[in-house]
Amino acid sequence: MTLLKGKVFKFGDDISTDHITPGRYFHLRGDMAKLAEHTLKDADPTFAKKVQSGDFVVGGRNFGLGSSREHAPRVIAECKVSAVLARSFARIFYRNSINVGLPVLECDTDGIDAGDELEVDLAQGVIRNLTKGEEINFTPIPEFMRGLLADGGLAAHIKKHGGFKL
Amino acid sequence: MGQTLSEKIISEHCGRQVNPGDLVIADVDAAMVQDGTGPLSVKELEKAGLVQAVHPERTVFFLDHASPSPRSELSNAHNILRSFAARTGVIVSEIGEGVCHQRMVEEFARPGDLLVGADSHTVTSGALGAFATGMGSSDVGFAIALGKVWLRVPETFKIELTGSFKPGVFAKDLMLSVIGHIGADGATYKAMEFLGPVAHTLPMHERFVLSNMSVEAGAKAGLFAADNVTKAYLEDAGRGEDFTALAPDDDAVYEKTFSFDLGEIEPTVSFPHTVDNTRKVGEARGIKIDQAFIGTCTNGRLEDLRIAEEIVKGKKVASGVRFLIVPASRKVYLEAMREGLMETFVEAGGVIQPPGCGPCVGIHQGVLGDGEVCISAQNRNFGGRMGNPEGSIYLASPATVAASALTGKITDPREFL
Repeated sequence: MTLLKGKVFKFGDDISTDHITPGRYFHLRGDMAKLAEHTLKDADPTFAKKVQSGDFVVGGRNFGLGSSREHAPRVIAECKVSAVLARSFARIFYRNSINVGLPVLECDTDGIDAGDELEVDLAQGVIRNLTKGEEINFTPIPEFMRGLLADGGLAAHIKKHGGFKL
Repeated sequence: MGQTLSEKIISEHCGRQVNPGDLVIADVDAAMVQDGTGPLSVKELEKAGLVQAVHPERTVFFLDHASPSPRSELSNAHNILRSFAARTGVIVSEIGEGVCHQRMVEEFARPGDLLVGADSHTVTSGALGAFATGMGSSDVGFAIALGKVWLRVPETFKIELTGSFKPGVFAKDLMLSVIGHIGADGATYKAMEFLGPVAHTLPMHERFVLSNMSVEAGAKAGLFAADNVTKAYLEDAGRGEDFTALAPDDDAVYEKTFSFDLGEIEPTVSFPHTVDNTRKVGEARGIKIDQAFIGTCTNGRLEDLRIAEEIVKGKKVASGVRFLIVPASRKVYLEAMREGLMETFVEAGGVIQPPGCGPCVGIHQGVLGDGEVCISAQNRNFGGRMGNPEGSIYLASPATVAASALTGKITDPREFL
């Protein structure tokens, strides 16, 4: 999982969990594959149709604000997105993403455009914009959360360690 | 070094003195999920072979978001929660009992508690002096099953309140102003603590509004000290034994301090589509509305209904406007009926719906049509929030919503008070 490669889908500031998993699809929450057909629908109605395995969701400030619905990172992961990059994340979305095993990387996303090819080296902590020939650093994921991610998320962590292990 | 409210509570729950930035495993006193998040918690626990609850008497499953269920899928989701409850003894708060956060403060949350909920507005219980925070289904599921949660101790912002509200101005106007000032991500990851002599004078229903919307500034928790007002509230609810006094140390360290003079706050409106897009009501004056909604975990309490009733009494809702009222809990509903408030609303042309989240989350009971505008006493106005990305939501106090319902346009409530 350390080397991720894909194309960018670019979004602006304040992408809420309502944009990612709109309330009008509330009844689909029991079926993640069906819910994922509407991923990010209120930010880009065609996203779920166009996204390919390995692609990146790139946002601006305060990505994932709003409700605590864990379905938001889960549908993004269900679309086989390899990571979400944003200038900043809302707290619950960030935590939920790590819990479901979706890498979330805080970095300067201003210079990243839709369609750019990125390569992310999680181990080395670097994002390479292959289209622009640039390198971007990301804020390291806190150590404990890195462990959760490496274990495959919270449920896998608890199974592996028999509880929480700091 | 002195401690903030949050630091004190977290220290109590992990057995050592903590500092901001520390990572701890803390004991959880109470936990809750709702019908949108709970089924996923149950699924995770079943997968992990952990169909159990450490504190079933303090674990509550709320059926409030789709209530009563408008679709078979959601009826099935409700039954997933009822079935888990039957196996583990956790409490189910049924259809019609009310919004989770109102029910938590009425019956379950206590000062000094560490409380987690799979709903972002879990922060509401911070008004009682609990460290209450929202998380996802997995976090809360494992907190229910294991009685523990991992936490990073947040830095604290002190929100110092001075002065007193002018007539027609309410806690909602203050909180929208606070969020407009510091931004929708201005307190991301921080605990907000509402302090100072004036904070101690605020009644509980106003404290609930401030704590409830602390998450709209990104905060992890929004707390008040537990004082005589808290004590009286719990005693009135027959829960005097749940009270413990709680105050921050005098030498507690705050990362930032913000000061707000209540006397300078005007009726405030959040424009579409972000909560921090706030302006004074005068700048919204005359915007035509199709729907006006009073309710939710933010503003569906008895005091909110009373002020709305005062405004609409003996008058009629503007032609073409749908005026929706959703009491936050069964207790609120009953008291509002006894006081005759519901009769006034119905006579004015209002529509009363059962206690729950109502149309706030876009599932049912008032979904907007294309191009429609709603003025709402709820807490969020994101695109699509009320079930249609082509709709627009303005946020305001119940008084502003009631006044607007009468004129069919966004209206300064002081014209009717």
